[in-house]
Amino acid sequence: MTSTRPAVAVSSTEIEHAANDHNSGHAEHPDLRMFGLATFLVADGMTFAGFFAAYLTFRAVNPLPEGAIYELELLLPTINTAVLIASSFTFHRATKELMKGAMGACRGWLLTTALMGIAFLAGQMYEYFHLPFGLTDNLFASTFYALTGFHGLHVTLGALMILIVWAQASQPGYFTPEKHFGIEAVELYWHFVDVIWVILFGILYLL
Amino acid sequence: MTIALPPLQSPEAHESLQPTNWLRYFSFSLDHKVIGLQYIVCGFLFYFVGGALAGVIRTELATPISDFVTRETYNQVLTLHGTIMIFLWIVPVVNGGFGNYLIPFYVGARDMAFPRLNAVAFWMIPPAGLLLISSYFIGGAAQSGWTAYPPLSLTTPAMGQIIWIVSVLLLGGSSIFGGINFIATILKFRQPGLKLLQMPMYCWAMLGTSILVVLSTPVLAGTLILLSMDIVAHTGFFNPSQGGNVVVYQHLFWFYSHPAVYIMVLPAFGLVSEILPIHARKPLFGYVTMVYSILAIVVLGLVVWAHHMFTSGTPPWMRLFFTIATAFIAVPTGIKFFNWIATIWQGRIALNSAMLFSCAFILQFVFGGITGVALAQVPFDVHVHDTYFVVAHFHYIVYGGTVFVIFASIYHWYPKFTGRMHNEHLGRLHLVLTVIGFNLCFGPQHWLGLNGMPRRVAEYDPQFTFMNQLSSVGALLMAISTIPFLINVIGSIWWGAEAGDNPWRALTPEWLTSSPPPVENWKGAAPLVHEPYGYGTEPGLVDLKVATGSDLWRNS
Amino acid sequence: MRIPSAIITSVAGMLLVLAGFWAANYSDLLPESASLNAPVYDELFKVLLAIGTVLLLGMTGLVVYSLVRFRRKDGDTLDGPAIEGNLSLELFWTVIPAVVVLFIGIYSYDIYDRMGGMADLNGHEAMHPNEQLASVRTSNQKDSERIWGGIAPTGNADVLPVEVTALQFAFIFHYPKQNITSGELHVPTGQMVELRMKANDVIHAFWVPQFRIKQDIIPGQTTMLSFTATKTGDYPIVCAELCGPYHGGMRSHVVVQDPGGFDAWIEKNSPPTLS
Repeated sequence: MTSTRPAVAVSSTEIEHAANDHNSGHAEHPDLRMFGLATFLVADGMTFAGFFAAYLTFRAVNPLPEGAIYELELLLPTINTAVLIASSFTFHRATKELMKGAMGACRGWLLTTALMGIAFLAGQMYEYFHLPFGLTDNLFASTFYALTGFHGLHVTLGALMILIVWAQASQPGYFTPEKHFGIEAVELYWHFVDVIWVILFGILYLL
Repeated sequence: MTIALPPLQSPEAHESLQPTNWLRYFSFSLDHKVIGLQYIVCGFLFYFVGGALAGVIRTELATPISDFVTRETYNQVLTLHGTIMIFLWIVPVVNGGFGNYLIPFYVGARDMAFPRLNAVAFWMIPPAGLLLISSYFIGGAAQSGWTAYPPLSLTTPAMGQIIWIVSVLLLGGSSIFGGINFIATILKFRQPGLKLLQMPMYCWAMLGTSILVVLSTPVLAGTLILLSMDIVAHTGFFNPSQGGNVVVYQHLFWFYSHPAVYIMVLPAFGLVSEILPIHARKPLFGYVTMVYSILAIVVLGLVVWAHHMFTSGTPPWMRLFFTIATAFIAVPTGIKFFNWIATIWQGRIALNSAMLFSCAFILQFVFGGITGVALAQVPFDVHVHDTYFVVAHFHYIVYGGTVFVIFASIYHWYPKFTGRMHNEHLGRLHLVLTVIGFNLCFGPQHWLGLNGMPRRVAEYDPQFTFMNQLSSVGALLMAISTIPFLINVIGSIWWGAEAGDNPWRALTPEWLTSSPPPVENWKGAAPLVHEPYGYGTEPGLVDLKVATGSDLWRNS
Repeated sequence: MRIPSAIITSVAGMLLVLAGFWAANYSDLLPESASLNAPVYDELFKVLLAIGTVLLLGMTGLVVYSLVRFRRKDGDTLDGPAIEGNLSLELFWTVIPAVVVLFIGIYSYDIYDRMGGMADLNGHEAMHPNEQLASVRTSNQKDSERIWGGIAPTGNADVLPVEVTALQFAFIFHYPKQNITSGELHVPTGQMVELRMKANDVIHAFWVPQFRIKQDIIPGQTTMLSFTATKTGDYPIVCAELCGPYHGGMRSHVVVQDPGGFDAWIEKNSPPTLS
């Protein structure tokens, strides 16, 4: 005789469900795309964390050559920072309008956000062209361009995605208060980019 | 919010869109079982390439002088060997291969949380691997070891190094996508009623591994981007002549590469936890402590990286800190091994290939773990760092450890994957050849390191010749051992006996369906298994078919 | 009558410990020891070997015994006992390894200290870089003398300084006090030697197996090694960091001589002085 303790529980509701299940087991399952995006942003954040750690270590232990410029002009970058932070608020406003069903207003705020993002990039370009150092001048210069450049790529991608969802939102019914993953996802990404910039600004410009 | 997907088509309707025969293994399939097998087979192909490269290394080292290949070629060979084995064989197979196949079954789902991301992650691997290998033929591969330390990686031929960087970035990205998928599936995709502490242990192992993947792999990506900027744009992050700091590279590199070893070994721990109870007919011993051990290993694994840098530009306080932190990891790891032994103790152990490979894993990994605790101590490491002692240590861990588990897992799940039973005689022959070959190859290397042979060399002091030749014979045996393995896994598809749903009489969900399983994993509802290790007989029960007289009156 | 398992376990434990002792004391796995810290290292090695032997033999015994004693007989379809855990046993094998590991860690710290490893690399006169975190540093004289890693001399004894330059694919030794440059390292017995090491191109490393010490030589970051040789002889210096194709051939010699012999070598090799 054999005996194994029963370890499989199949409840009566499951048996019913199986009997009624014409689609061979398909069921509604949760939408995990935001969860997946959030996890991805953790990973992306860790890339930046590596850069930050490298930069701070270089600052602490690696001397720059005599005469190297490491003090940065603050006016334009501060304005840029304000623009980027404000653009997170405009994006949030866009989502609020979406939840009210006011697609026109939503689109307006989305466009505003995108334009502010592009303004940020323009400000960065202006700053790049007017900096007294180039990419390879010294360690600080290289790290500066690497960090802000990598971040700038993220902003560029973000602005593009905002424009894409802005265009998609012009199709009636594409986004509804219940179903708007595209806008939600890009919003989370945009806030992420903003937070990274605040940290970056702090350690590159202020420290 | 929930989303309703369009109803699953019946299999016949698929033919117009996706192949349903063997061709589906070459397609962009979204089926986690297909993807899992794609990872495994692709991984084995790269394993054979990496193994051939090892053959070149051991052939060169059979004589004390550099006489088999040029020294530059040798350095390319050793670089590719390490890189391929880590990024194209072990990480993909134990994570993407077995992970993708098994996790949906274990959480009671029809597929992974993100099937398309899954397919994308797999299909990044063959091109990245082919790119890496092709670099050898186009101007030479990278020559600075899989660790690519600058300034050496900045002074060796740039093309090979850049291709290496691009390839590793792609493979790291694939790994991250997989990690995102596993975390979402395990945490959020479990069927209703299945609690976290009721999941099979492999789920916990994959959850811990995926957390490490998501947190540490991106740091490697960032580091390699900076390295590539040094090569291509002539920045000086890691170039001392431009004010850079090579030790910063090492810190960043090892921040990923130490967790990488847990990414290679934790899934193996999970797989062993699935295999042993079934073939010993006993519950897994100490389920909750096993979970805590995994979590402890994950946390500790993130804060011990500088034990790879004990002889580098590290001050005494840093060396001391990392010695203590690293030593602690031995405790949760040891617990797992004692728990596995307790699992098989007093069981009814079937001495089949899966069980025997798992037992060999236990002993060999313990050996590697012992040398690991030794290496964690700064004063000990100062003598043996960058010698063959380290080479021996990590091969006992990754080969004697993870690769043995991969073989055990192949033998264990082969009936499920293919619907056929493999040949046990060939399996045991494979085991014997591999155990002898592996230990003969890497055992002597401990002595070599202790007595003065550094690593990554094509020429050595002639006093080391005999031990090197022993080692090379062992490597040859390892190469030969693949023959019975291949005959077995390929031949049994035609010659193997039909396996049936559950040849091992196991309790976990993948065995409660046909072999191979249908597209939707189970016909009907997914079984809800509250006790995946619910083996065990009432004490005192006797199996009359095998009982002898003494069984009736003996106190057991 | 069956022997109680407690007795079997105790005897097995004693045999294991004896095996550990035997392995530690009667194995000859290391090269000869030729420096003050080498025997200290060897002590640690013996302890680690003993503990490792006990653990490996114990685990092997348990696994092999299980596979033999608990093997499934043909046709047996029953399960084993449904034992899911045992709190006291699990506590036992959590606490004991934790204690062992803690012991090893503290013992290693002591060994490293006795090997000179904990000595402050930059002494008291160096600037402390941490204080400079808030501002960006520009280079100055002190940085070029900063020691970034290694083992500094201990004690107040008379130290013999040697400057080591590593390049692809050779070591060059310069004695600043005697103004001698050589391709071989000569040292006297009984005197502490301080190596200040710099690399010209890529990372190299300085390793003498018979001294049991090693340190990477890192371009842009001076590192240091200190040792006192105790046994005359000719020992290999091995480069222990991949530095290019000829890494395997990058070797030199350290010739340990008694003080008289060393003085003679110094005299023989000193640059001539005008009299």
